[in-house]
Amino acid sequence: MKILTGNDLATGDVIWWTGEGWSIHVNDAVDVGDKGEAIAQAESAARRVNEAYVIEATIDANGVRPAHIKDRIRALGPTVRPDLSLKPADPTAGNWVI
Amino acid sequence: MYQYDQYDQAMVDARVAEFRDQTARRLSGQLTEAQFRPIRLMNGLYLQLHAYMLRVAVPYGTLNSRQMRMLAHIARTYDRGYGHFTTRQNIQYNWIKLAEAPDILADLATVGMHAIQTSGNCIRNISSDQYAGVSADEIADPRPLAELLRQWSSFHPEFTYLPRKFKICVIASAQDRAAMRLHDIGIELVERDGASGARIFVGGGMGRTPMIAPEIRDFVPFAEVVSYLEACLRVYNRYGRRDNKFKARIKILVHEMGADTYRAHVEEEFAHMKTLGLDPPLAELERIAAHFAPPPYETGLSDAIDRSDKDFALWLDTQVKPHKQPGYAIVNISLKPIGGIPGDASAEQIDLMADLAETYSFDELRVTHAQNIVLAHVRKADLHALWKALEAADLATPNLDLISDIIACPGLDYCSLANARSIPIAQRIAQRFADIGRQKALGELKLKISGCINACGHHHAGHIGILGVDRKGVENYQLLLGGSGAEDVALGQITGPGFDEDGIVDAVEKATDVYLANRTDGERFVDTFRRIGMAPFKEALYA
Repeated sequence: MKILTGNDLATGDVIWWTGEGWSIHVNDAVDVGDKGEAIAQAESAARRVNEAYVIEATIDANGVRPAHIKDRIRALGPTVRPDLSLKPADPTAGNWVI
Repeated sequence: MYQYDQYDQAMVDARVAEFRDQTARRLSGQLTEAQFRPIRLMNGLYLQLHAYMLRVAVPYGTLNSRQMRMLAHIARTYDRGYGHFTTRQNIQYNWIKLAEAPDILADLATVGMHAIQTSGNCIRNISSDQYAGVSADEIADPRPLAELLRQWSSFHPEFTYLPRKFKICVIASAQDRAAMRLHDIGIELVERDGASGARIFVGGGMGRTPMIAPEIRDFVPFAEVVSYLEACLRVYNRYGRRDNKFKARIKILVHEMGADTYRAHVEEEFAHMKTLGLDPPLAELERIAAHFAPPPYETGLSDAIDRSDKDFALWLDTQVKPHKQPGYAIVNISLKPIGGIPGDASAEQIDLMADLAETYSFDELRVTHAQNIVLAHVRKADLHALWKALEAADLATPNLDLISDIIACPGLDYCSLANARSIPIAQRIAQRFADIGRQKALGELKLKISGCINACGHHHAGHIGILGVDRKGVENYQLLLGGSGAEDVALGQITGPGFDEDGIVDAVEKATDVYLANRTDGERFVDTFRRIGMAPFKEALYA
């Protein structure tokens, strides 16, 4: 699947396109098919996202998983600071990145 | 240390107001990202993996306690409670909101700090020796010249849009503690026939094409250094490539043109520059130098230190260096706790270091390119109390220049350019060699890790260097041996095929085993490597 990501213009937060808006949780991301560039352009013009781009991802029972490690780190947070990740209570969350 | 005058302050304040307006226009849609990006970069604001990142300048790594406390305030108020001291003697914050960036710059301006020229194709923060002014081996304090160059290069209209970023380093001793010859311009202050001047090296750097700067002039009279540098930059601005960013650094120009041809161009330009009267008058140099007068040291102090506490003695032997003033010492504060993140410090630690500098070191701190902090003027009688305070805050790891004193870039955990993570590798190596006795037995061993070919972690200059690469979407780590950023400057050689995350830690240990099996008395790791060559290491690594 192809999913759309970028950063919130004002906060810089990593965000994922949900089909209706943006979420900080990658599991909310939807397949944008071949519409990613068009959505990115419109959302950038509306100043809801910055530096948006389309990436490859997979989906299974555990959720959406970006294909590249860089985007998995973006999705979770720095592997060396689990306390600052989106799953601070799960010390094994970083295993998902590798 | 240098204090801003009304002109410096007015420039910084005006820049804050300008950036506040530019940010508001970006947020309201009057500026596109394409228009705004070069503006925010010129103010040190990047967009990184998780958020905006702000790089704050610490000129030649020197700051006072009030400024240090402001860095803690920024970490606590606008970031997530910590900052990252960098290999450019600056500090970076990783979780900045664009909407708050103008407020941060306004807060910084109240203590004479800013983020100007910490990014962009301009002259960046001037770096220098962290022991400037206190080391017995220097011929002069390099900071007055570094400050003069800061003023000269700030908003220099001709050098604001160079072909590529430009880094200058100033030292004043034969011992190079600042990787001087791995800068675009390296300056070594020297004396000749009783006159002070500078040796000028041009065209060094790391990155994807590492080069050691050749000497371009063996002596420039001190009073003419600005004109000479102006000539160096003009030749670069005229002939440097702009068609390919990977070929745009001055090192490529000097290499392709040849040092002799480059030198001839500079000499021609220098002859012209000297007719323009650009060099500052002696009175201005003296005005700047007065800011760096030695602090009011006490005299008649004892050099005796009670070494009965073994842990304290270990810290003394590792972290404390000789000072040119009797009764005083230079203290290196380690930001490399075993298993920690190299260069990171919490807001509480930053505040503590500010307090300790105020109490014990004439209100002054230095950031080192090795991502540690120096208190440059500590009475020997205060060393034990200082050590106790540092130890309580996990700032007293006795590992300066040992294998766990690792330089590491932020890597793929934070950086959008990175291909692999650097910090976890640094943590695992430090943990593998956690025993300080084992580290001491290995002796001086500078290990440097970069998460991509841009080499922010100085891997080319490590006795052991590690370069993280992306191999079909998987992190892979190349090993380099034999580099040095010191006066014995050398570029590391790649051992061969790379290793995975587990393998690179084992490979480092194997390399140290080869060293231990082959070293002779007094040899450091890098000395043994130079004597026996790569073959025994390759044999052990790839058997």
